[in-house]
Amino acid sequence: MADRSRFFRSELAGPMATAHSRAAARFMISPAVLLLLGWMIVPLSMTVYFSFLSYNLLMPGMEEFIGFTNYEFFLTDPAFFEALTNTILLVVGVLFITIVGGTALALLLDQPFWGQGIVRILVIAPFFVMPTVSALVWKNMFMNPVNGLFAHMAKGMGLEPFDFLAHAPLFSIILIVAWQWLPFATLILLTALQSLDQEQLEASEMDGANFGSRFIYIVLPHMSRAITVVILIQTIFLLSVFAEILVTTNGGPGYASTNITYLVYAQSLLQFDVGGGSAGGIIAVILANIVAIFLMRMIGKNLEA
Amino acid sequence: MARRVSNQRKFVVTLIAWAIGLTIFFPILWTILTSFKTEAEAIASPPSFLLFDWTLENYSEVNERSDYFLHFMNSVIISLGSTLLGLAIAIPAAWSMAFVPGKRTKDILMWMLSTKMLPPVGVLIPIYLLFRDFGLLDTRLGLVIVLTLINLPIIVWMLFTYFKEIPGEILEAARMDGATLWNEVVHVLTPMAVPGIASTLLLNVILAWNEAFWTLNLTAAKAAPLTAFIASYSSPEGLFYAKLSAASTLAIAPILILGWFSQKQLVRGLTFGAVK
Repeated sequence: MADRSRFFRSELAGPMATAHSRAAARFMISPAVLLLLGWMIVPLSMTVYFSFLSYNLLMPGMEEFIGFTNYEFFLTDPAFFEALTNTILLVVGVLFITIVGGTALALLLDQPFWGQGIVRILVIAPFFVMPTVSALVWKNMFMNPVNGLFAHMAKGMGLEPFDFLAHAPLFSIILIVAWQWLPFATLILLTALQSLDQEQLEASEMDGANFGSRFIYIVLPHMSRAITVVILIQTIFLLSVFAEILVTTNGGPGYASTNITYLVYAQSLLQFDVGGGSAGGIIAVILANIVAIFLMRMIGKNLEA
Repeated sequence: MARRVSNQRKFVVTLIAWAIGLTIFFPILWTILTSFKTEAEAIASPPSFLLFDWTLENYSEVNERSDYFLHFMNSVIISLGSTLLGLAIAIPAAWSMAFVPGKRTKDILMWMLSTKMLPPVGVLIPIYLLFRDFGLLDTRLGLVIVLTLINLPIIVWMLFTYFKEIPGEILEAARMDGATLWNEVVHVLTPMAVPGIASTLLLNVILAWNEAFWTLNLTAAKAAPLTAFIASYSSPEGLFYAKLSAASTLAIAPILILGWFSQKQLVRGLTFGAVK
């Protein structure tokens, strides 16, 4: 304890930190850095290595170097193209619903009304439901064509029940995932909205600006940063949607609801094709990196401000 | 000059907001209601909303039949264990980055963040094989390790944004007033750091509790937390709506309650301080 308190004092001596405190700071950072470095480098380089091997867990001892063949197979497999399309549709679909819905909800919740706190809680609740629970609840209790609530409603109106997960699997998964992420978008956009300068709004209102132009010229520019953050962060998570697909459709029918994450999982742990799965994993890493670069720039800029 | 809102307008907004709020919450409400029905009532058509024979039998059956308590404890141990381990590693790191920033502090922070963007499937196979070879598959220890590593960047970042707001001048002032080192740590530093640490703990327990990639892929039965246990209900023989609802309600209730306390931290933690 004595040692630590001496350290606190020297590090807090202001910008004139001593060499001693610098060394101590490095020592305090190193466990976190080394662990994350190991977590990045060891498994990732193993994946890269495996991706150049013909390696199936069912045929141990038969590994051999085959160059880029795994990549060639993975990229030319029609399943890859379908999975890539599904991944993009899933990400874009959920983003569209959550951003538009989240903006509308944020504007609504920012108004004065009775029971604001309770409604806020109701709206953000889905974010705290674990993915397997929300997927199962939606699958069985709502979308099931025999016993689901939607089927009951359809029958009540004299319509034929619709088998959501069989006939519109990707759309159904988009709905489920959007329900989970709408609270996140709403909460962040609402936080941004609440920091808006009210006087500016009132002034524009007195100058005769209607709701539409106030929204386009004042509110939206103010929220643009928060919207960008929502898009980037959600994209990172949405590229890796997994549990919802596993629980509802297992990627089917066919590959109709398989995304890249699920395809790599199926290739690796269901077909035991370590080589092919690794090549797919590396492709997933490259795709995520493209998004990550934009996100990092945003956050990096913020760090300077 | 505050804008006066007419009561009529407030009334309309209240109606719309409550209608939308209840619609969004409805799947959770429906799950909770169904958990108190009998299996026959749970699939009855047309379904009844409140006028059914309320029963607790699903809860007692879930507890008796499927080792619910074991999986619940797995969730508690894994989420709390990984968060505490993460905090132990992250607090010194975030503290020194906030108070002794060097030339490369920003680069280190950004690099840590970039590890979070690594999609899990990119390392699924090596982790699976390493776990198999080290006997970590389906163990709580294995999951604690993985979840600590995947949440470490968020923990460091959250703590960093909180610690950065502690003004160094306060400590200098305390020292001028003759505070001893011990007093400085106990009465000045700790009270200012504790709220940030508590918020970080809260958010990360939530994230770890709901994590559903590694928990599904690295556990089978023994060490399965609630995420994986609930997923086992998707098999056809497990299709009992009332019991599924009871198990689901029990699985989400603790986190729903924790979550309601952590609205603000959620924004900050998940946007890495970009939106506050």
